Amino acid sequence: MSDPVPTPVAPAAPERRVSGVPIRLEHVTKRYPGQDRPAVDDVSLEIAAGETVMFVGPSGCGKTTLLKMINRLIEPTSGRIFLGDEDVTNQDPDRLRRRIGYVIQAGGLFPHMTVATNVGMVPRMLGWEKPRIAERIDELLDLVGLDPDVYRDRYPRELSGGQQQRVGVARALAADPPVLLMDEPFGAVDPITRHRLQDELIAIQGEIGKTIVFVTHDFDEALKLGDRIVVFDVGARIVQYDTPEAILADPAEEYVAKFVGAGATLKQLTLTRVNSLELRPATTATVGEAAAAAVARARAAGDELIVVLDRRGRPISWPTVAEVSRMTTIPATVDEKLPVVGLGSTLSDALDTMLAASQGGAVVLGRRDRLAGVVTVEMIMDVVQRTRQEAAG
Amino acid sequence: MSATQIRRDAAEEVPDEAALGPGASRAGRPSRRSGEWRALVIQPVLVVLGVLAFVLWRATATLSETEARQLGAAALWDSTLRHLSLTAVAAAIVLLIAIPLGVALTRPALRRFTPVVIGLANVGQAAPAIGLFVLLAMWLGFGFWTTVVALVVYSALPVLRNTMVGIQGVDPRLVEAGRGMGMSGLAVLLRVELPLAAPVILAGVRTALVLLVGTATLATFIAGGGLGVLINTGITLSLDSLLISGAVLVALLALAVDWLGRVVEYVARPKGL
Repeated sequence: MSDPVPTPVAPAAPERRVSGVPIRLEHVTKRYPGQDRPAVDDVSLEIAAGETVMFVGPSGCGKTTLLKMINRLIEPTSGRIFLGDEDVTNQDPDRLRRRIGYVIQAGGLFPHMTVATNVGMVPRMLGWEKPRIAERIDELLDLVGLDPDVYRDRYPRELSGGQQQRVGVARALAADPPVLLMDEPFGAVDPITRHRLQDELIAIQGEIGKTIVFVTHDFDEALKLGDRIVVFDVGARIVQYDTPEAILADPAEEYVAKFVGAGATLKQLTLTRVNSLELRPATTATVGEAAAAAVARARAAGDELIVVLDRRGRPISWPTVAEVSRMTTIPATVDEKLPVVGLGSTLSDALDTMLAASQGGAVVLGRRDRLAGVVTVEMIMDVVQRTRQEAAG
Repeated sequence: MSATQIRRDAAEEVPDEAALGPGASRAGRPSRRSGEWRALVIQPVLVVLGVLAFVLWRATATLSETEARQLGAAALWDSTLRHLSLTAVAAAIVLLIAIPLGVALTRPALRRFTPVVIGLANVGQAAPAIGLFVLLAMWLGFGFWTTVVALVVYSALPVLRNTMVGIQGVDPRLVEAGRGMGMSGLAVLLRVELPLAAPVILAGVRTALVLLVGTATLATFIAGGGLGVLINTGITLSLDSLLISGAVLVALLALAVDWLGRVVEYVARPKGL
């Protein structure tokens, strides 16, 4: 996965920009008094600028301790830490942390401060001018998909878990830090919101190109988000540090193989994205048009389902031909359960989405939410079949 | 996935949560607050009615000369002011000592002293108040300031304990989030820990104030003055009018102080909680 963002992410950022700096850990050790084994034992690790590196491993393996030593929330017992070429091991920790974004579970938002105050925290500490802070807050809320006019003055308790997490990411990015540390940020949200947040993080990272270190215990999350994955064992021993593909194809030790789990072929689905498939065109109908005409088109094309588009060309529902044939005109009803995936979604997510819906497929959105085609369960099964055959042959 | 799609996804989340979280809580919030607001109005009304009833009784009752002198406007005013100043001075000292001490004892470096200090404060409160007053008077002499010292010792615990409990009750992840984004320890204390602990701390302050108003009646035994004098004289001379007047006035004062405390709590509670 040399280029982890295969789709053009936003019109404004057609090419990937790297604003991160490399991180280098040299012989970092953390020993707690009264424990015979060090929590982190002589770890050396280099993380390239602009890469997303996932730390995975069993709980208690020291991955979180290692993460917190990068922003020195935990002081290393010995070893050196570099951001770029700068040795930050002995730098004032408060100053250091203002240059490192930090995201924790549920966002860690201050409940007595509004969304805007939360997001503007670090810029205020850095002494930015008020108008510049306000502008930055709106820009960031926009980046994480929250309408500034609606959410700026809300308190965290008035947001859903997913929205709080988005604000947490916005807050971490406020002063445009080159490095972002994320400590199991999506652990506390429901699976559907988690997938959505993951997709957004991929899209945002495509725009901003930070160096991200992300701790997770969910191997699928690591496969989906990581440019590289570090698999840790006890004492933060690095068992394997490689791309997701390489780890799946060639686990370094029995330990990694166990961690990857039995469904390695199925996990390939997390590495393949919808845009790599040849999408099927669909019969479409526009709101307000005569139903009979749409039914005739569908029958001619041999389709059993019709994608209904609103007047701006965005899919809003996906009824069967039989359902449409009972109507006179195409209704403007929005189907809340419409299975929708983006071009950048993984096949695994697409499959999840399909399983929750009745159409046996999902509508794929392209740029500006226009219909790009449809993806069906059969298409995904084909990919699984092919991967199996490749693995066997 | 395009940027517009992200935006749309975010917007899509709104309808399902309107049913559950913020919508419900937003609707619930004003009614809860207005309920509290009504309670805040009723209490001073009761106090004012109590004062009016007392004034009415005082104007119509037939009293002996001693009673009339003791219950004269000037004497009552002096006693009440004295009582209030005892309470206010002691409260100010308690706040100045107990809140910083409570904060200090939640800092990692000083945490190990917590049991000792809490133990001492417990002794102060558990000791019978009258015993405490008399013992301190034997040591420091009679008068206003001895009374203040005794009151401080007696009422420091609720403020100290609530300060500690309030700060310890702040989600440690918020403290970590604050430190993690580069706030200094002091900034986290002032901007995160204290504001979030404020409701608990203020509840402790109110408890201490009510305790102070009641306990200050004992000042009369060590020449500290206050409304306790009325009660004490009433008991000594078997003058029920004095005894009851003193008791009623102290009760009304305590209610009024409690109300003031509630108003402060209501106003100072951080928004968004």
